[in-house]
Amino acid sequence: MIKEYHTVSEIAGPLMLVEKVEDVKYEELVEVELPNGEIRHGKVLEVSDDKALVQLFEGARGLSVQGSKVRFLGKGVEIPVSEDILGRVFDGQGRPIDDGPEILPEKRLDINGEPLNPYARDYPSEFIQTGISCIDGLNTLVRGQKLPIFSASGLPHSRMAVQIARQAKVLGTSEPFAVVFAAMGITFEESEYFISDFRETGAIDRAVLFMNLADDPAIERISTPRMALTVAEYLAFEKGMHVLAILTDMTNYCEALREVSAARKEIPGRRGYPGYMYTDLASVYERAGKIMDKPGSITQIPILTMPEDDKTHPIPDLTGYITEGQIILSRSMHRKGIYPPVDAPQSLSRLKDKGIGEGKTRKDHADTFNQLYDAYTRGLAARELEVILGEAALSEMDRLFYRFAEAFEQKYVQQDEYENRSIEETLDLGWELLSMVPTTELKRIRTEYLEEFLPKFLKKEPAEEEVAVDTGC
Amino acid sequence: MVPPDIQGEIAEIKEGDFTVEEIIVKIKTADGIKELTMIQRWPVRNPRPVSKNLAPHEPMFTGQRVIDALFPVGKGGTACVPGPFGSGKTVIQHQLAKWADAEIIVYVGCGERGNEMTDVLLEFPELQDPKSGEPLMKRTVLIANTSNMPVAAREASVYTGMTIAEYFRDMGYSVALMADSTSRWAESMREISGRLEEMPGEEGYPAYLGTRIAEFYERAGRTISIGSVGREGALSAVGAVSPPGGDLSDPVVQATLRVVKVFWSLEAELAYSRHFPAISWLNSYSLYTDDLEDFYIEEIGEEWIQMRGRAVAILQEEADLNEIVRLVGVDALSPGNRLIMETAKSMREDFLHQNAFHEVDTYTSFKKQYMMMELIMLLHERSDQWLQSGKSINDLLTLDVKEEIARAKYTPEEEVEAAFEQIRKNIISQTEI
Repeated sequence: MIKEYHTVSEIAGPLMLVEKVEDVKYEELVEVELPNGEIRHGKVLEVSDDKALVQLFEGARGLSVQGSKVRFLGKGVEIPVSEDILGRVFDGQGRPIDDGPEILPEKRLDINGEPLNPYARDYPSEFIQTGISCIDGLNTLVRGQKLPIFSASGLPHSRMAVQIARQAKVLGTSEPFAVVFAAMGITFEESEYFISDFRETGAIDRAVLFMNLADDPAIERISTPRMALTVAEYLAFEKGMHVLAILTDMTNYCEALREVSAARKEIPGRRGYPGYMYTDLASVYERAGKIMDKPGSITQIPILTMPEDDKTHPIPDLTGYITEGQIILSRSMHRKGIYPPVDAPQSLSRLKDKGIGEGKTRKDHADTFNQLYDAYTRGLAARELEVILGEAALSEMDRLFYRFAEAFEQKYVQQDEYENRSIEETLDLGWELLSMVPTTELKRIRTEYLEEFLPKFLKKEPAEEEVAVDTGC
Repeated sequence: MVPPDIQGEIAEIKEGDFTVEEIIVKIKTADGIKELTMIQRWPVRNPRPVSKNLAPHEPMFTGQRVIDALFPVGKGGTACVPGPFGSGKTVIQHQLAKWADAEIIVYVGCGERGNEMTDVLLEFPELQDPKSGEPLMKRTVLIANTSNMPVAAREASVYTGMTIAEYFRDMGYSVALMADSTSRWAESMREISGRLEEMPGEEGYPAYLGTRIAEFYERAGRTISIGSVGREGALSAVGAVSPPGGDLSDPVVQATLRVVKVFWSLEAELAYSRHFPAISWLNSYSLYTDDLEDFYIEEIGEEWIQMRGRAVAILQEEADLNEIVRLVGVDALSPGNRLIMETAKSMREDFLHQNAFHEVDTYTSFKKQYMMMELIMLLHERSDQWLQSGKSINDLLTLDVKEEIARAKYTPEEEVEAAFEQIRKNIISQTEI
């Protein structure tokens, strides 16, 4: 029997205090009936003696202490799932907004999920070809990885995410990805951009969308990624599908978390964000990967916009400590007109080592990747020197690497939004650029590979000649 | 092994094979007869008692060149490795777990990624412990608390690991404990402290943060166990620290630095240029170099200390010269200084830089490390004489033997003696005046 309480004693921000309650549990789902019959929902944040602190999902507007009726539903926030969920669109709380019916559930799942025992996990190692060279070649994505895009306002993260979703495939299989998309606080236009691309490619039939837009209640945002990932886990580990989970924009999620924390009068951590934000973000991001002996996988691409373009801001900082790498976008490259404006030295994929090499991409992948990085960073250092001292002060080697860095950005990083490069093309492009560098400087590549791959890219005699010609005064 | 809180005379002891739960011995203690099984239960927050603490006097070799050569940790010592995300803390911890000269490894995954712990579980059974020849997993204990597991369990995880490590230390083993990452433990302390409504200290951490960290690292050491036999064991502890924004003024980093004796400072700049391990040779330190000096002199030879001293001096000079280079460019340096820059570059790229994912480069025996450094310093001395005799610096830059030195790290251990002897000859012949 569900009891109904009329003992709301306090309402503050998105929080409500109910007194004289019995047998109430943490995270229990709450139903609040307003005097006009409207039903709102919330969950229990804290219990103490006979008091329960409730977080209201839709906020407290219109709620009064008198006349509100509260019911504790005896279960956590759940979402109904079945195979019919593919192709459906929901709001941030899991209610259908595509004029379709409610899901007839095969089961109801608690949106908080359960942490995975590391022993049950299978290590991600299957290469995903995104067709974008600076990802495939330098920050390789594998199936089951969580790899975010650290963007900033005005940078083309949506275009990149859409390009990845459109072009992502695992070589040797024709099985397409299912997409689970969670929108938190983004604008209607931005969400339309994603949806229309999914429609064009037909991905919409294999997609599940959760839309909490900028004008939807902020508090709802906290549940949205959890709903999306619960559906992703269901599709991946119970239905054996390979799921691409795109979460955007995590910055809005963190802002909502801060709002609730402030309302709870908790001692704030850095920049006013809650001290437990690391653990909270981890409970979202860790819901990715593969399970031993189960065919499906979840590959997560969270997107966040760095406040003030600052990587050390708590949101990107904590995310970087949790996710398996990051793709960082650079404003200065964007200004130069480079798309995708990926800052290669600051980007990273922690799982690339097991996803590349013989049988996956190509045997020369690891060595050429190391060498490209080395050459590029030397070129960037030369560029910095040139700004201060002028070109005349650069040594011949510096000038060479400076030119290398320019060519690298223009040819390797830069590519069209609809250009889908195979991994061979990406790797060969790397060699083409490395042929600009004297072979003796290619210390990070083993001799056998230099002999096997380099010759066909050496157009004429070694680069020393070109250098001499160009820098002769 | 009898639990440290029980002492007396053996009344009865069995012989044969038993399960860990069966009683195997009866001890007559002051409080009557105690029956013991092979299981010991110990409260994790209490350090297990020892009869005597000794100072570390032997390095714990790790096969990682920048550590063994420049910033060694002693057996029974403590080290910390702080750094921003992506600088390679976990790779270093994994390398230590794989290659450190210890008989038992306790790896505490404290509030970190599930996949990293899975990596240990999948990879270690496939690797071989060089000492015993058995799968590496057989010498490893993994405490797995992932970042999305309960925070109270995270707070306990480091103590669980430490107690297990002490248990094996008391048996006379040399144990190495890796905690990845102690910052998550500090955060869990902060959260629990907040719920207990205690007054917060710096950055919201509890006021007792420093004390707890000190107590934790103090449980490491070289010890003689209590009891009539007095077994010597060692427990080395290496803690990773994940300061927000990579800022080393973070309270956890500072509290840890006050206690540990080895600091491997990971720097973002080195990580960006993919110089791994991204351990700064200028800012890191090891306070064991004096304690270990006797060992080096007796076991390796006095030349090692001198050679290392010269190498460190060259790296420091490079840093000073870089200030000038930044202002006026590298061509403005004298030939002697150019040589220093070149040798320092070789030290960095050919010696300090090490690829953990390369089959050969992942582990370097101390002997090979010694010989590698010897080659670089030999070239330096010969080049110096060469320059004095009037040769130009540009000729030095294009010596063939430089490339051979660059690839020396990839020479498999069995081939090192012969290959390096050849390089040595080439150095001498190519710098013939």
